[in-house]
Amino acid sequence: MSTAAPLLEVRNLRVEFPTRRRTLVAVDDVSFGIAPGEVLGVVGESGAGKSLTGMAIIGLLEPPGRIAAGEVRLEGRRIDNLPREELRRIRGRRIGAIFQDPLTSLNPLYTIGEQLVETVLTHLPVRAAEARERALSLLAEVGIPAPEQRIDHYPHQFSGGMRQRVVIALAIAAEPQLVVADEPTTALDVSIQAQIITLLKRLARDRGTAVMLITHDMGVIAETADRVAVMYAGRLAEIGPVRDIIHQPRHPYTVGLMHSIPRVGNQRDRLAQIEGSMPRLTAIPAGCAFNPRCPQRFARCTETRPELFAAGATRAACWLFSDGG
Amino acid sequence: MKAALERFWDHDLAYSFRRSPVTVLAALMTLVCVAGAVFAPWLAPHNPFDLSSLNLNDAFSPPAWTAGGAARYPLGTDDQGRDILSTIMYGARISLGVGLAAVALALVLGVSLGLLSGYMGGRLDAFIMRVADIQLSFPAILIALLIDGIARVALPNDAHDSIAVPVLVLAIGVSGWVQYARTVRGSTLVEKNKEYVQAARVVGRSPPAIMLAHVLPNVTGPVLVIGTIHVATAIITEATLSFLGVGVPPTQPSLGTLIRIGNDFLFSGEWWITVFPGVALILLVLSVNLLGDWLRDALNPKLR
Amino acid sequence: MADNRVLLEVENAGRDFDVSRPWLNRVTEGEGRLVLRAVDGVSFSIRRGETLALVGESGCGKSTIARLIVGLYHPSRGRIRYDGLGVAGPEAHRLRGRMQMIFQDPYASLNPRWKVGSIIAEPIRAQGASASKAALHERVSELLVQVGLDPQDSDKFPHEFSGGQRQRISIARALSSNPEFLVCDEPTSALDVSVQAQILNLMLELQQRLGLTYLFISHNLAVVAHIADRVGVMYLGRLVELADVGTLFERPRHPYTRMLLDAIPDLLMSGKPRTPVAGEVPNPLAPPSGCAFNPRCPHANDRCRTECPEPRDDERGQVACFAVDEKRI
Repeated sequence: MSTAAPLLEVRNLRVEFPTRRRTLVAVDDVSFGIAPGEVLGVVGESGAGKSLTGMAIIGLLEPPGRIAAGEVRLEGRRIDNLPREELRRIRGRRIGAIFQDPLTSLNPLYTIGEQLVETVLTHLPVRAAEARERALSLLAEVGIPAPEQRIDHYPHQFSGGMRQRVVIALAIAAEPQLVVADEPTTALDVSIQAQIITLLKRLARDRGTAVMLITHDMGVIAETADRVAVMYAGRLAEIGPVRDIIHQPRHPYTVGLMHSIPRVGNQRDRLAQIEGSMPRLTAIPAGCAFNPRCPQRFARCTETRPELFAAGATRAACWLFSDGG
Repeated sequence: MKAALERFWDHDLAYSFRRSPVTVLAALMTLVCVAGAVFAPWLAPHNPFDLSSLNLNDAFSPPAWTAGGAARYPLGTDDQGRDILSTIMYGARISLGVGLAAVALALVLGVSLGLLSGYMGGRLDAFIMRVADIQLSFPAILIALLIDGIARVALPNDAHDSIAVPVLVLAIGVSGWVQYARTVRGSTLVEKNKEYVQAARVVGRSPPAIMLAHVLPNVTGPVLVIGTIHVATAIITEATLSFLGVGVPPTQPSLGTLIRIGNDFLFSGEWWITVFPGVALILLVLSVNLLGDWLRDALNPKLR
Repeated sequence: MADNRVLLEVENAGRDFDVSRPWLNRVTEGEGRLVLRAVDGVSFSIRRGETLALVGESGCGKSTIARLIVGLYHPSRGRIRYDGLGVAGPEAHRLRGRMQMIFQDPYASLNPRWKVGSIIAEPIRAQGASASKAALHERVSELLVQVGLDPQDSDKFPHEFSGGQRQRISIARALSSNPEFLVCDEPTSALDVSVQAQILNLMLELQQRLGLTYLFISHNLAVVAHIADRVGVMYLGRLVELADVGTLFERPRHPYTRMLLDAIPDLLMSGKPRTPVAGEVPNPLAPPSGCAFNPRCPHANDRCRTECPEPRDDERGQVACFAVDEKRI
């Protein structure tokens, strides 16, 4: 845990989807914090609830999804129960968002300059000329070559990687304190991925922005994050510094996950695999959600859900560490 | 059997049906109309086409609840003493029959051409779609009139009445295939590029086999919706044609024919002869349309 | 044929796609035809029992090659021979069932309206073998067990399965006609890592047990390093380097291969400095003149900007680069 007071604090967050037959719990009792300038990686397989956690924080949960319990605090102030209008202001001004598909995050009918200037004018007390200056420097900052010419181009005139840079420029235009990036590199090619990762990292460092980086790609996490939260079936399985999560994971799920990643160098060996697959939201087992797939399961795991226990340098939701690691 | 019924009751479609009172009402209304039409010979109080039972003395009898009405004729009688309620039931039989048959024809024609067009592509696609474009630039009713006119000229005079209904079905059916073809072509273009179709090609299935076994089952959703709404449109078209006098002969009147006949008496005060068939037509078409709208929404995952 | 261990031979294959606007637009707006060279001048061969992987970024033509081989597309140039028979000619029907394909998207590759049993049995039925219903059922059950599913699953529909299970069904379908060669187009890239490990293990197992030959298409170098014997690297429709997996990852020659290897996220967090990768893949409709990689290449000179290097075979494999030829790198 970093020593600085967290900028974002999520406590016991629970996101529910009421459906016809039952209420599905997509995010279940999740708590974490992010300090200024810190990159928190949130990893998990599809359906683990990582994106919904991000959506809940920025207040963009699609109905019928709703925050059923817990709270989200930005600089100590609750933001999860704000009226829609106020939340919208915070979302542009203090929280920036980056999504997977850069094409859908930009309006195809306006030039990127118009979109940047509008965002700046909406959230910052500056004049139009100043806003354009700012837009230019933002484009330069995210690494768009020849910003003076590119600023009047439309989104379709940019390549995928450049578009994602524009989306990042938009997200940081109002100098937010927190950026929530949901799979920002997934739609991009490997060589572009590396560029975007470097950019995100530099922004967090230079501007002191807290970044919540949601991804399924452990490689991206290893390169970018300071701390990592591993999610499984809507719950936090393990959270801790990136080095420890990668080199010495404690939760059996994280262990299995790390071992199942193929690496350059060990050829044609059997990969360690976790049997089975993540439960659907309609059939989350009692006790620890991971217990049916866990090689170290014992009686207690099937009965009671474990809380986060200290486990070495990380904290893991696993009964193996209930006696203090 | 019980399990199957339970599964049906529990299905999302059944659930969304139960949740919409308007739809339930529309379905009931449709059911009443359809039952009344199908079982007309058994349910109708009179047989309006049995000349021996007609009594000219009963002509122009007003509805039962008005002054001078007779309980034997709940909705009154027409100029020949035929019971309006019975003629409506028999008329709806013709209207529904023509409507359903025309929709079936349009559906088979449109779905086949749409599948072919979308899956084969190239010149065949261009040809079929241009024909569709040309047909779309004329109102459907004009196409139907044209086909009807050609049939009348081409066929011998004495055959007119006996083949009037098939000609009508052909006219309405052919005038309506385009929207099926366009929709199916669109869905086919999407499905054709999905990997399961490519998998079938790799395996060596022939294009007709792939179209029928793989693509067709996956493009039927929108067709069902269009079909339902088209039933209503087809009934209206049939009524319009019959009202214009080119539809079914007066010896076996449809709702449209009834309205036309009644129209002559509207201004002489015998309003019931035309109003009741009109109301029946509106109720039938409205119910079917409401059902179609519900089906469209229920099958659209985005609106669910 | 010189080497009878060669199963598949791709010789100078190329494929163009007409991406012109419709005729009427072209005439009214005075545009010419627009042709996309998806694949050009690609040659390689696959030996029995080995796994050849093709890697590259999106739009490099690797999936087009897969589709050329299984006959979904016809080559515009060159030829592709499988066991001495042309895959796009009159003899193609004789290859039916001998090669099959596994697709990327487990949600799109199974017909949602078909039961799993029918899906798996389709290749057998398509071959016209008059198998009895009982024999077919028996075979489907056997296949389901082979890919780690339950024989009872044959009565279910695809939507009842997770992504990984669907990919197993896809593999069972590919195996049902007893093929010797599988073309796998990004078979794990839509799957989560833990499930990817299961599928990769299954594929390795099946290869050993059934003596299968694989062409494995992927954009993920770590996966390729794990499963392949030889690796081909593609860039803008051309094969720029081909070598044994060990050689390629330890001593890459083509500047693009080096760049790709450098872009793999460093999972071990060794902290080794990375040369930042410059630029992006150019528009394939307007490729740069000369070597397609020259605008991003740190070693490009005037020759690279005007002349296109042909792939050259040597003892270490195949490479298409002037800088390598001229021993500049």
